[in-house]
Amino acid sequence: MTDKALAKKLLQQLMEIREFEDKIMDLLAKNIAEGGSHLYAGMEAVAVGVMSQLASDDYITSTHRGHGHAIAKDGDLNALMAEILGKKTGVCKGKGGSLHLADLSKGNLGANGIVAGGLGIATGAGLSMKLQKKDNIVVCFFGDGATNNGIFFECLNMAALWKLPVVYVCENNCYGMSVSVCRASAVEDISKKALAFGIPSETVDGQDVLAVREAAGKWIDYARSGKGPSFIVADTYRYYGHSRSDPRVYRTREEEKLWRDRDPIKLFSTKMMEQGILKEAEIKEIEEVVAKEINEAVEYAINSPFPEPEELYTDLYV
Amino acid sequence: MREITYREALNEALLEEMEKDPNVFLLGEDIAIYGGAYGVTAGLWKKYGDERVLDTPISENAIVGTGLGAALTGMRPVAEIMYIDFIGLCLEQLNNQVAKIRYMFGGKCTVPLTIRTEGGAGRTLGAHHSQSLESWLIHIPGIKVVMPSTPYDAKGLLKASIRENNPVVFIEHKMLYNTKGPVSDEEYVLPIGVADIKREGKDVSLITYSRMTLFCLQAAEILAKEGISVEVVDLRTLLPMDTEAIINTVKKTNKVIIVEEDCKTGGTGAEITAQIMEKAFDYLDAPVVRVAGADVPMPKSPVLEKLAIPDTDSICQAVREILAR
Ligand SMILES: Cc1ncc(C[n+]2csc(CCOP(=O)(O)OP(=O)(O)O)c2C)c(N)n1
Ligand SMILES: [Mg+2]
Repeated sequence: MTDKALAKKLLQQLMEIREFEDKIMDLLAKNIAEGGSHLYAGMEAVAVGVMSQLASDDYITSTHRGHGHAIAKDGDLNALMAEILGKKTGVCKGKGGSLHLADLSKGNLGANGIVAGGLGIATGAGLSMKLQKKDNIVVCFFGDGATNNGIFFECLNMAALWKLPVVYVCENNCYGMSVSVCRASAVEDISKKALAFGIPSETVDGQDVLAVREAAGKWIDYARSGKGPSFIVADTYRYYGHSRSDPRVYRTREEEKLWRDRDPIKLFSTKMMEQGILKEAEIKEIEEVVAKEINEAVEYAINSPFPEPEELYTDLYV
Repeated sequence: MREITYREALNEALLEEMEKDPNVFLLGEDIAIYGGAYGVTAGLWKKYGDERVLDTPISENAIVGTGLGAALTGMRPVAEIMYIDFIGLCLEQLNNQVAKIRYMFGGKCTVPLTIRTEGGAGRTLGAHHSQSLESWLIHIPGIKVVMPSTPYDAKGLLKASIRENNPVVFIEHKMLYNTKGPVSDEEYVLPIGVADIKREGKDVSLITYSRMTLFCLQAAEILAKEGISVEVVDLRTLLPMDTEAIINTVKKTNKVIIVEEDCKTGGTGAEITAQIMEKAFDYLDAPVVRVAGADVPMPKSPVLEKLAIPDTDSICQAVREILAR
């Protein structure tokens, strides 16, 4: 059963991520945002569902598609947006950008420009929690494509061997850039990859924030109680192209529509209304709050200064 | 002569070599249906299909390793590593296997493998998508390293790389793909290991390669208006390095500035400088100067990114300073 406060919080985060990403698409089109941004729109329920089960001092590692993780891990919208525009007020002082969003104060060990680049970090953070006998656990996010990289197998093996408190969450959005799962992975059921290491795995509907939340809760408890790593595959879909210039020739408009019909925000708000947990007016209200927040974040980012030239050489060593 | 882009020139080189030699095939991430992250392989999958244009999983080490295996056993693969920033993921196969196997096996095999990749800053993509890592590679005996600056050179040198019976790492620059230049309709191949004087001059030599060649040519144009005659030497190949061309330009102008985008410390310019010290020191009228990338990871912020690599201004400034000595 979902209570009203939780429902509101989940819905607000889902909407924040969507609105954040839509705005960035807009800023990219207007050349206000430069460079690339891999957008999380369509996949919101995965980050929001998982993060809803984490303590604020639990850790995550994120991916090149990391805005959603950063927001759901309690990121500051203004500082995240400013970072994406390379501004001094950004969460990484404008040095990281979209591909390197990180907020260590919130337990976010960072997005990563390298596919599967976070696997080692997450596994090491898990080892650290174990060595320090801490209660905290680590969630490692990565895409379907990342499960074909060597370090994925190396890390899963280590985590299982040493019973590390890491929940590996594969965001299976059907493609790694243009290559579909069945053209890139000999095993189409990605959850099977964990079985080789004796790691329990589960596939969930990544469009259903409550389903993700339930599975995440179970495996996070499992990790916290010292039983070792687990593997969740969340089936989902990214709405936009891989990058701005991607004409999406590798997938059909029909397929896109099927997924959009199962939009995570629509699914959740409809369910909450049907169950009488949220009223339409309350949902509208959240929508308005979110629109305002994101507009403010954009304004804040645009009006923020760029870093000073001296910043080029700071932060390299302590 | 017709003008085409650097991207089109590379595409033509691949097409022509695939047409000519059925053993040439391509493998890499998103090179088939997508046509490559920067569009270099566009259209080739339509023409040659899955057999000769293979989309791979995101498995860089295996891309290079399987490329090597195929090259050893009769094929002539062209592998693509999407960004040179990912070269670390396949450096084991490249450095320990690809580069050394012929030597270790007493010269009993050849490795006709080309690894295309792309590097450089300019798109504000941050620290994992903007690096210039060529100096890592010129430290590996057994491979060749090619870095063309123009469409003409790109086409001729890619064709040569594919035909070469030694492994070649062919490094493109992301900011050059849309640049245009004259490319002959006639078939041609350019020699690997030969520099090209892109502009003759007598007061000072700029030794450079890849995108920085364009910046040097712009600087030379500006300086010409100040009455300064600048020679621009485009190395085109970093390994083997055309030391003869380097010595000749030192003899001619007696003043050398090396312009490179990679980090200054331990960079390509350090090797060029050492070559000059060993082979042409007596012809120098001033210490060699390096205008190079800052020794930092590439920052995202567009203002910092511009400061992190040489630009026309910093090149002009260095020329004025060396002449004022
Ligand atoms: C090691 C490495 N190889 C290739 C890339 C280029 N690249 C960036 S994202 C991507 C696809 C990743 O697919 P997946 O892991 O499924 O994540 P998704 O983008 O679908 O969220 C590729 C190939 C990279 N950044 N790092
Ligand atoms: Mg994917």
